[in-house]
Amino acid sequence: MCLAVPLKLIEINDDIGTIESGGIRRKVNLSLVKNPKLGDFIVMHAGFAITIMDQEEGEKTLALISGWLEQEEQG
Amino acid sequence: MMDPRLLREEKSVRVLLKEVEKSLSRIGRELKLMEVCGTHTMTSYRSGLGNFLRKIGLRLISGPGCPVCITPNGIISAAVEFVSETPNVIVATFGDMLKVPTNKGSLLKIVPDKGSSVKTIYSPEEVIDMAKKNPDKQVVFLAVGFETTIPSIGWVVEEALKKGYENVSLITCLRVVPPPLRAILSSGSVALDGFIYPGHVSVILGSLPYEFIAEEFRIPGAITGFEPVDLLLGIISVLKQIESGQPKVDIAYPRVVRREGNPVARQLMDRVFEVSDGEWRGFGIIPGSALSLREKKMDAVEKFSMDTSSSWENKNCRCGDVVKGAIEPPECPLFRKVCSPEKPMGPCMVSVEGSCLIHYKYGDVEWIA
Repeated sequence: MCLAVPLKLIEINDDIGTIESGGIRRKVNLSLVKNPKLGDFIVMHAGFAITIMDQEEGEKTLALISGWLEQEEQG
Repeated sequence: MMDPRLLREEKSVRVLLKEVEKSLSRIGRELKLMEVCGTHTMTSYRSGLGNFLRKIGLRLISGPGCPVCITPNGIISAAVEFVSETPNVIVATFGDMLKVPTNKGSLLKIVPDKGSSVKTIYSPEEVIDMAKKNPDKQVVFLAVGFETTIPSIGWVVEEALKKGYENVSLITCLRVVPPPLRAILSSGSVALDGFIYPGHVSVILGSLPYEFIAEEFRIPGAITGFEPVDLLLGIISVLKQIESGQPKVDIAYPRVVRREGNPVARQLMDRVFEVSDGEWRGFGIIPGSALSLREKKMDAVEKFSMDTSSSWENKNCRCGDVVKGAIEPPECPLFRKVCSPEKPMGPCMVSVEGSCLIHYKYGDVEWIA
């Protein structure tokens, strides 16, 4: 139920948006998020966007993992 | 921009597991963490990480993280009785609710009264369409869920009131996650070294509502997501807290969860619902753990004088102990013997987030390092 994948917002009409993931599009209700913008990645649950992804924080998490991977490779 | 596939790659899991192993050897004893979201249970078992971690001294046990599983019998049996004895009604609910056995049968197998039906929905929004298309029928939404789903259910209530759809009402079993965690800790029934807090419940709640666990009970915890890598990042955070002796509520899923949660969603919840005491399967009544409708005319239980008091439980079914983390599914005498996904005896074998179903399907999966 919680396996929400990030989906890119490609259209906004008031509280209804369109998201795209892997070529598939579907409607999403945007009533629960503040100031959604085109190009945002959203997390969707039961047809509703529940939050907008923070891409900067995502990058930090990836950097943490690649740091460990580099350490590992250097042995 | 870094490659987001790093979150899914085996090499990332492997390197994080090494961090877990190093930390465990420094701590030097076996640990037990409770995850409070059925999807974490799924991640842990489907990837084989659950079994691997157990071998290296870390047990992940499931807590009350499955809304379908903790919904008491009386709520579902009231819906079963209603649709089978009332003409021209539609009971709409999430798919997992249909197969839950009750003393009155299940929503899937019941024969609805004349002109009545049971409909599966994916999104609460569909309830509004149903009411619009069926003005001659009463649409009753059997609405269950935790904080992730409650705002969207609140949206249905506001939308029905705004549009004047008087044929919409709800049977609710809306529960909030922190109070049962207090109940588990206060009862002392399970000795826990830490919590893995739910990812998407926390999108709405933020981290503040769990702070009492670190402050009062001195138990570490981390909020995290649902990729195997996310789960391990959460575990590493908890282990670090154990090592430092400084428990807190860490957000190991910062790309999605913010400390303040989602205020827009919480305001909607506050407008539509009020806090009340709520019954949980396995726990009984937990003070302040339920959200009830403020607008009583939307409450189907009052509108149709339903009886939700039946406390029937399938004899020998240990779902109530499974949701508390008091036992694991294989310890139930029915598990695999008479209880299976094809013929479930309790909700934990029905729901995709139910521990029993997850153990049944993925309990033998091994992580190949």
